[in-house]
Amino acid sequence: MGNTFAPFIFALVMVGIVLELVRRKVFREKYAALWLIIGASALVLAGWPGLLPAVSKALGVQVASNLLFALCIILLLGVCLHLSWELSVVEDENRTLAEELAILRAAVERIEVELSGVEQKVTAAAKERLPLPEGSSPFTVGNGPDIFPSNNPLEGK
Amino acid sequence: MSCTNARRVLVIMPAWNEGETVGSTVTEVLDLDEGYDVLVVDDGSTDGTASVARAAGATVLRLPFNMGVGGAMRTGFKFADRYGYDAVIQVDADGQHDPREISEVLKGLETADISIGARFAAKGDYRVSGPRRWAMVFLAAVISGLSRTKLTDVTSGFRAGNRRAIAQYLDHYPAEYLGDTIDSLVVAIKSGCRVTQVPVAMRPRQGGTPSHNPVKSAIYLLRSVFALLFAMTRSRSRIAAQEGTA
Repeated sequence: MGNTFAPFIFALVMVGIVLELVRRKVFREKYAALWLIIGASALVLAGWPGLLPAVSKALGVQVASNLLFALCIILLLGVCLHLSWELSVVEDENRTLAEELAILRAAVERIEVELSGVEQKVTAAAKERLPLPEGSSPFTVGNGPDIFPSNNPLEGK
Repeated sequence: MSCTNARRVLVIMPAWNEGETVGSTVTEVLDLDEGYDVLVVDDGSTDGTASVARAAGATVLRLPFNMGVGGAMRTGFKFADRYGYDAVIQVDADGQHDPREISEVLKGLETADISIGARFAAKGDYRVSGPRRWAMVFLAAVISGLSRTKLTDVTSGFRAGNRRAIAQYLDHYPAEYLGDTIDSLVVAIKSGCRVTQVPVAMRPRQGGTPSHNPVKSAIYLLRSVFALLFAMTRSRSRIAAQEGTA
């Protein structure tokens, strides 16, 4: 009995780890599915030691362990394919985001430059009429490019 | 954006660590004074490419990491589409493409959707040999057959496109190796874009060294055939629907 007890415990621990990772939201459920299938099959095979030889005989596989290896390889190939596929999707999304980011960054930089020009004009016009207290301009831009350093209303802060 | 009534042309220049040459190339294009806007797509450079290009007067898009020429061009097409340009033309930042030929290549758009500046078409003295040449001849023959026009240089990066081509590229423009030249062209032809070529002369590179390694050329041949075979099996894009809304 000793030689079936160890694999059973091993399979149980693996299923436990996967379930716990899903519960803690470390793993997304879609990645866990394949591992849970593998863990559950290992549990069944370890729990009923007579099952593997019986199935092998029915399928015409002479050595029972070969059936186990073949199934393992197929499942692992499935996991690999799934990961490659997910990775390609993620890479594609990542690239699209980078493209968006580059275009938005150029737009923001242009707007910042234009805005500091407007801000410059407004503060100049306001100063002519009535000198405003430091930093009270309605057109202050946070962390904008310091294009007009001498007249920047943020400078006093 | 200087002339509003004429068609707006965007010159897209993908650049990766080309700080030495990008400035002079941008200046040359702007000095033509034909109202072209220049967009430099800085493909994750670690040198001063972006600042040099900006100082020369180009709009600069900075990609956060290197995505290859295909990725840079995709970004450029997206930009052109968003800002409503009528035509785009790709020009290398290393100065190999003569900016004075831009108007020639753009003229090809009068009769087609994509116009390629071809390097072997009886002008200039561009030469390659060995496996790289076989690859180019083979690719040109296959793609000429597809497009039913005589094309002699399908891997040239000096190419222009109109709105229809931009819409097509937005749908399918792979960022993989050779995807930007062969794959995109094959799918564009399948999707009904007309292609033409204009002979251009190439200038020697102003910076960097071209590779003449025969092993690299052989790998190039294999990869280009691979890319072509994949491209042939791809399905056409639906750009007819987008044309109506544009």
